[in-house]
Amino acid sequence: MRDYSLKTIMNKPERLAPGHRMCAGCGATIAVRAVLRALHEGDHAVIGNATGCLEVSSYMYPYTAWEDSYIHNAFENAGATLSGVETAYKALKKRGRLPEEETFKFITFGGDGGTYDIGFQSLSGAMERNHDMVYVCYDNGAYMNTGIQRSSATPMYADTTTTPVGKNSVGKMQNRKDLSSIIADHDVPYVAQTTLTSNFVDLHRKAEKAIYTEGASFLNIMTPCPRGWRYETSEIMKICKLAVETCYWPLFEVEHGKWKLSYEPKKKLPIEDFLKEQGRFKHLFKKGNEDLLVQFQEEVDRRWEDLQYKCAR
Amino acid sequence: MAIKERMSGNEAVAFAIRQVNPDVMPAFPITPSTEIPQMVSTYIANGEIDTEFIPVESEHSAMSATIGAEAAGARSLTATSSAGLALMWEELLLAASNRMPLVLALVNRTLSGPININCDHSDGMGARDTGWIQIYAENNQEAYDNFIQAYPIAENEKVHLPVMVCQDGFITSHAVENITLLEDSLVKDFVGEYYPEEYLLNPGKPIAVGPYSVSNYAMEAKKNQEIALENAKEVILEVAKKFKDISGREYGLFEEYRTEDADYIMLIMGSAAGTAKQAVDDLREKGWKVGVLKLRVFRPFPAKEIAEALKNCKAVAIMDRCESYNGNGGPLGSEVLAGLFRYKVMIETVNYIYGLAGRDFTVSDVYDIFSELDAVVTEGKEAKQYQYIRLREQEAADERL
Repeated sequence: MRDYSLKTIMNKPERLAPGHRMCAGCGATIAVRAVLRALHEGDHAVIGNATGCLEVSSYMYPYTAWEDSYIHNAFENAGATLSGVETAYKALKKRGRLPEEETFKFITFGGDGGTYDIGFQSLSGAMERNHDMVYVCYDNGAYMNTGIQRSSATPMYADTTTTPVGKNSVGKMQNRKDLSSIIADHDVPYVAQTTLTSNFVDLHRKAEKAIYTEGASFLNIMTPCPRGWRYETSEIMKICKLAVETCYWPLFEVEHGKWKLSYEPKKKLPIEDFLKEQGRFKHLFKKGNEDLLVQFQEEVDRRWEDLQYKCAR
Repeated sequence: MAIKERMSGNEAVAFAIRQVNPDVMPAFPITPSTEIPQMVSTYIANGEIDTEFIPVESEHSAMSATIGAEAAGARSLTATSSAGLALMWEELLLAASNRMPLVLALVNRTLSGPININCDHSDGMGARDTGWIQIYAENNQEAYDNFIQAYPIAENEKVHLPVMVCQDGFITSHAVENITLLEDSLVKDFVGEYYPEEYLLNPGKPIAVGPYSVSNYAMEAKKNQEIALENAKEVILEVAKKFKDISGREYGLFEEYRTEDADYIMLIMGSAAGTAKQAVDDLREKGWKVGVLKLRVFRPFPAKEIAEALKNCKAVAIMDRCESYNGNGGPLGSEVLAGLFRYKVMIETVNYIYGLAGRDFTVSDVYDIFSELDAVVTEGKEAKQYQYIRLREQEAADERL
């Protein structure tokens, strides 16, 4: 993005105020602030939120960290709830109850539990109906708010509190659900996968596109969680970079059905580089577990090849 | 000028929706309420109203989107029955606790299982403690009239609670009867424009809805909600009075039919009240002093008013079209008895369960019930408290009970 300047962007007024109760080193709030920075000045927004860390830590009565209108309803219905808000906007505009010149944008945030799992149907419905809204999943790969239980976004072999590593267990036994592809198959105008990397240029560009593309958009943002992934909080940007460089979390977008890679590593790094930074994969580096690392690498390769194929079409 | 028509209950509610022309209606099909969103969609397709309809993928999303739209500042509603209401359950609580003045047209149908599409009140009763105002109709006219009164009740600043407008599935929703409709302009004026005080889409005045609340604050929120429900009683009566001015039809918390000198009263809700009234007319001709108390407003529950209305009779039959599986009676049975005791009205009572999953309820059933009340009072018969009527094998079932 030629006209992108981190300095300029970071000087925009914050729309998520400091003082919320999210952990130090949490990826979710970094992602939220980055998404909100893509809103054009003067545009209003209504923010939706599924129950989760972000919700309980940002709007604790009588305080709210949100500068824009905000609605939390329940865990499993952020998609449907915001679809109601967006439809109300259409109704009020049509009936002249909102001034012509006032523009509202609709962005809802949900963790992977509220998005991949319990809120999946509500999300699917809202996407299929093509409401003019953005659903942002901050994917930290487990139910972190309730204490690190596995979700369908949890990667294979991760040590979580419901897939604990033990004498008879090497962690989660299933591969993660590829939600970005599933939503892309809803044929919505815009789907993108991104994370916190490269001065936020990829995230910023995709958030802006998602917000200002007419119709339903879905952003899947990998957001590390220091408690669940077990890393030093200062290492978050390094971990995000490694996720991209190992092709564990490729950056891509699907615009009106056209798949496009946003970034291709010059030299794809081995998956160990990403895994070894995180306590949840510590057991994979124990003697005797070498085959698990091979399997993990094979799965990353398979998905990366599949993505390259889709993007080459 | 009143308009004479013939309509089913579903048509009547859909017609009321047409006249109110609300802003947003998310809905999902379920028998027997499906016709309501169908008819509203047709009104929209034909340009008769410009409500925004959202064809959601479930009832859970219907209530979620209705809450979202209402919070955003739009007058909103949905319609459902049975399992649809059950699927909404968590959202029903949120609609009430977030103080959303939205409306739900409930067409009462039994809850599974066994799966069955016919009428009883188990769906509405299952939601009785979710914080909603619940108003039940005897017929299509009342379903229409109650719907028109719903928004003025819900949106009243002393209330700010959601309203469930209930009618009996098939019996009321699908049977075509005579009805008197109001003119469009009269309804429009009565319901008025919707200008909420605080809403999401208020430029320059953002709000936050649905907080996490710690123990230091949450209990007051719950008490305030309870106060609002208590306030609703008075507001329901105020709205009914205004409605009488435009329609000539009178509504209260309940209707008392030939009860002034009655020895025996049947307390009943919904379409079966019509059957009970017919039986009362028949028995009155034979010299029986009997009457009907037809409950219209189940939430807030008018315990004191009911106790006052029953205090001079000798026995009351409390009729539940719902099994509540508490092992002690139906929901009306439990609540009416508690009310009578609290207000020291010590009369004979029998709690009957009738009409589950669409089982017939006839005038001869009502004769039998009044005869049993008479036997209790005059012969000292010990009637079985909490009994089913019209079971296929009545005697065998009685023994099991």
